[in-house]
This record gives sequence, structure tokens and C-alpha cells, in this order.
Amino acid sequence: MTKTQKPTPLHELTSLVRSKNAGPFDLTFDIMFEEQQTYRRCVSSHVFTAERMEKLLNVDRAKIKIFFSDDARAIKISIPRPVVQGDFGDHDSHAGQQYAGLLMLEIP
Amino acid sequence: MKEIRVLSATSVLGSGFVEDSLRRGLERDPHFIGCDGGSTDPGPYYLATGNTAFSSRAMYRDLRLLVLAGKQRGIPVMIGSCGTGGADAQVDVVLGLLRRIAAEEKIKLKVAIFYSEQDKRYLKQKLASNELVPLENAPPISGDIIDASVRIVGMAGAEAFQHALEGRPDVVIGGRASDTAIFSALPLREGITPGVCWHAAKVLECGAAATKRRKTPDCLFATLRPDHFIIEPLDPDLQCTPQSIASHALYENADPEEIVEPGGVLHIRDASYEAVSAAAVKVTGSEFTPGPYTVKLEGVERAGWESVLIGSIRDPFIIAEIDDWVARLKEAVARRAGGVLAAGQKWEMLVKIYGKNGTMGALEPTPVVEGHEIVLVFEILAPDQETVHSLASIVRHQALHLPIKKWSGLITSVAFLYNPAHLDRGELYRFNLKHVVKPKSPLEMFRFDEAVL
Repeated sequence: MTKTQKPTPLHELTSLVRSKNAGPFDLTFDIMFEEQQTYRRCVSSHVFTAERMEKLLNVDRAKIKIFFSDDARAIKISIPRPVVQGDFGDHDSHAGQQYAGLLMLEIP
Repeated sequence: MKEIRVLSATSVLGSGFVEDSLRRGLERDPHFIGCDGGSTDPGPYYLATGNTAFSSRAMYRDLRLLVLAGKQRGIPVMIGSCGTGGADAQVDVVLGLLRRIAAEEKIKLKVAIFYSEQDKRYLKQKLASNELVPLENAPPISGDIIDASVRIVGMAGAEAFQHALEGRPDVVIGGRASDTAIFSALPLREGITPGVCWHAAKVLECGAAATKRRKTPDCLFATLRPDHFIIEPLDPDLQCTPQSIASHALYENADPEEIVEPGGVLHIRDASYEAVSAAAVKVTGSEFTPGPYTVKLEGVERAGWESVLIGSIRDPFIIAEIDDWVARLKEAVARRAGGVLAAGQKWEMLVKIYGKNGTMGALEPTPVVEGHEIVLVFEILAPDQETVHSLASIVRHQALHLPIKKWSGLITSVAFLYNPAHLDRGELYRFNLKHVVKPKSPLEMFRFDEAVL
């Protein structure tokens, strides 16, 4: 990593960004990397903090869990589902299309 | 060195696997074949109604091949969470398929069965004695909520499969069970270290999902030894890599480091992953900490009856004021409903705007319309079919002719996709439990049976 690198949208640095139910009451995001270097860059970017995710995901920061999994080269974020799976008003039964907000995050 | 070899058929019974992969797996001389049969992921409808997410035909195709393979090798086939929700009726659907297979193939099948549906009186006693407790982010619980549930199942642990295996059956079929319990039960019984058993089971339960680039649902094979396990695919085109195995713990799992099972917690934070060939990975260092025995509950209740209408809008002037249009529609519907329905009648209505935030709702980072057309999905919920039907007809008519500032005279503003415009969706169900029970013994919440087919 050089000090002069340009900010990059997250999707350009990842091999996979996905969302999914973690049971009917929780929603989880996985951000996965092919390269150790890009994974490290994102981990140390201070983008994946409860403060930043609170705004992006519209959920109380006390309810956000963030994990950095070095072996998987992955960042994981889990939040309560905005609506319980399948209940009236749910938008996405499998929660598979909820990651769009993460794709354009600027990684310094 | 003692080892237990495990063949996982696929991610879920009815999703399929490649026959050649099964054949290669059998050549490795497994001690048993395991296959998960369900999940909450398809939604509350399946647990509530007893219908299955995969068709009987699809389950029959997979089950027949697995049963014949097990019979040929003299090893048990174990299936948990039968028929999607693991309800009693769904277990019986799979039992019916086994009966058909036994008759068609002219084979004798000894089947051990356990059922996971829960008695409401038992659950209310547990609630009263503080032995039915909420997990994090659980909805409220009360005796009335238990009584109002359509169905409640408990998630069986490894002990239920071990008990079922005691009579040396050809096939074990279970109601709702921990996915991992299917795969950990026999290795645990044979004395393999719990950390190895549960971690291997966690990878095995989704079949080939833990490979680098899965083409289609398929088999996965594990060799469990006292201090490690080796995991590998059976299709020569697939690979397990240290990253693919480590990252599988993330999938559909809110906490990837501590995985709670009925009898304790699997810790995989300190696990190590090492490639031992181009396709196989050796895993060491997983730990299982025994804890108080808990059985997770899954329950469903009826939310009401739902009707939906689907329509689109192309008029740029309606699109420009769509939020205001939706707000005015809701007022117009409420006014008309007040004159038509009984006083105090409960109902709800939502309008999802596709082209704006229909997919993500509150999570949408760009909640504006950027295209030239939008799709509206109108959803109505009421406590009975007749009421929701009345409301759907009001929504159709009010939406059709709701005026906007731009135009004078009567307009017709929504292109309804279907005729009739509304779709009666019938009963809508919701999950209502995220709780655990502390039973006196691991088996007391499950009912066991045997059949010789």
C-alpha cells in the first residue's frame, strides 16, 4: 500500500459482496477479498466502524456487529432485519439484495 | 489412527447432486451419508402449512439414490429437518417417499423417526419456570403468543440422531434439527473430539457450498480424525481452499466465530486451515465448549390475510409527485374503507415503489426515481379474507382515478398488470419465536418412532 493511492469504491477491491438472512430475524453482509493486501487495506480503512455503518444501514449502532475474519479474508456485518423475514412489509424474503449500499463505499 | 469418514449428499434434500460425485464418495468407504432437509430460509409459509419448499418429485430423486447407496454399502442415511420446516407432517412426507422407494425397489428398509413439534402446554410450563428464554433480538413472548402459534418446532441436537441410531436403522429421518447435528452425531458417538466433529459438521451441512466455485448443489466428503479433519469435494472440477472453508462459516450466520449448538458453543476463531492437495483442506484447532443444554424454538403465527395489486406508472407528472400520490391514496382508501367496513375494523396497507426503493426499503442508499417508469406493489393485510378482498377492490378503484395537479378531468393513472387486478395471497404467516428451552434431558422434547418398510 502506498500513501498516494486514490480512494477506490469497495466493489473494485472485492471478490464478492453479498447479503443474506441469518435466520428470520437477522441480516448479514459478507465482504470477501481475493488478495490479502486489499483485505488489509479495507480492515485498516476505518470505514467498517459501527458509526459509519449506523448511517449507511439505518440501524442503531449498538445493534451492529462487525467481524474481521483473517482466515476467510472477509469482513462481516450483522444487523437485525428491518422487517422479520416474510412478515407484512418485508422487501426481500432471503435478504439477498440488500448489499447495494456497501458497493460504492469509498476506501481510502 | 481412528477416523470417521462422512459423505454429505448436498445442501438440502431435493436440491440435487451429481450422481458421479455420490459414486466417488461411496468408493471412499464412508461410515454414513448425511443430508439436511430444511431451513427457515424459504420462509414461514412452509413451517405454517406443512408444504415443502422442494417438490416431492425432487426429494424422491435425491432420496432414492441415497437410500440405494446406503443399502448397498450397509451404512445409515441420516436426514434432518425433513420437508423444509421439520414439522411432523413434513417428516411424514419423507416417510411416504421411503415407503414408495422400498416398494418400487423391493428392498426392506428399517427407518428410525423423530418428531420435533412442541406441545404448547409444555412450553407454557417452561415459560412459567423461566426455562424458556429469549435470544438476542427476539420478539416478545407470552403464553398467549404460544397459544396463538400455528406450529412450533424445537431444534434437535446430536443426541436425537444418536438415540435414533441405536436400533441400527437403514435410514434416520428427523423433524427440525440442528443442521450440524446430522453430521456430528455419529463421529461424537465414536469418540472423535467435539471441536473436530462440530466444525466438520458445520462445513458439511451445506454440501459443496463450501467449495471455491460451486457449479451446482453437490456432495462433500470429510475425514475426521482425533485432532483434525480433512474436507474435499467429490467432483474433480471443484476445489476446497483454506479461504473457501474458512469463509463458509460466514454464510447465513450472524456470528462467524462462535456457533451455538444445543450442548455448547463451537469456537473457530483459532482454527487453522491448510491445503493438503489442490482440492483438500486440513482443519485443526477448533474448540467446543460444553454449556447448559438448550433447544432452539422456531414458531409461526398467522399475521392475517393478504391481497396484493401490481401496477405501473409511465406518466412523468405522476412519477414526479409519487410520494405525495401514495400518501393521498392511503388517505383516500382509509376514507372509503371507513364508510364500507365495520367500525374499528383493523387493516394495513403498504405501497412499494419499484424504481425508487422497492427492493431495499429503509436500507436504500439512493431513494429517488431515476427511470422513466415505476412499478407499484400495493399490499393489504386484514384479519379475514372477506375484509382484505373488500379493501383490494377499494385500492384498485381509488388508485386508478386519483387526481394529480397537472391534469384536469378524470384520469386513469395506474396500468394494472392483471385482471382481476388483485391477487388474493391467502393467509400470511410470520415467525414469532427466537427463544430457547432448557430441557431436563436432550431427548425430552422429541418423540421417537420406528417403521419397517
